[in-house]
Amino acid sequence: MDTMDFIIGKYNYWIYIVLMMIGFYAMIAKNNFAKKIVGMNIFQTAIILFFISTASKTGGATIPIIKSEHLAAGAQAITAPQYLNPLPHVLMLTAIVVMVSTFGVALAVLMMLYRKYRTLEEDEIMAILKMEKD
Amino acid sequence: MIWQLDILILLIVVICAIASITVKDILSSALLLGAYSFLMCLLWTGMGAVDVAFTEAAVGAGISTAFFIGAVFHMTRRTKD
Repeated sequence: MDTMDFIIGKYNYWIYIVLMMIGFYAMIAKNNFAKKIVGMNIFQTAIILFFISTASKTGGATIPIIKSEHLAAGAQAITAPQYLNPLPHVLMLTAIVVMVSTFGVALAVLMMLYRKYRTLEEDEIMAILKMEKD
Repeated sequence: MIWQLDILILLIVVICAIASITVKDILSSALLLGAYSFLMCLLWTGMGAVDVAFTEAAVGAGISTAFFIGAVFHMTRRTKD
């Protein structure tokens, strides 16, 4: 029963692993370069989901803003169970910006690739490169 | 955090992720990736990470999808897998 609770209670983490592996599969196995970039985006979002899941707490914890009822509740203004951990949130805020800039650069490279080879398939580009070498 | 809603959104997120890497059209893939990002930021709002959620909604889902659609019109929509 205890292990079942552990498995079911952490469902966010299971879905994070599934999403991460979907992205990883797309990065490795897909032939189209645009699909590979989509896979990279899914991978990064899965990691952000993992970090946000570590920050969440049960029992009515909210964002770290001091309200008047928090001050009235006790002598101590800041008690940890009342607030979510803000550190993973801030880290993932940076990660989202990095994700979008990586995506933009990847799209620019993709457009240059298409302009030169007129295709986005990896095997076709490899064939053209091989033909040019011979 | 309502766990029924949470599991529902997580399932739709996984379906969107699988669909966006299996469709045979890059434009559909871009739009499914946008749907995936918006559902993901709904999930983060449920977990209390509102700052991350609105950054993801504005930058991750909005700007990324716009860039991707703009890039698709300069490339081909055709894909083999």
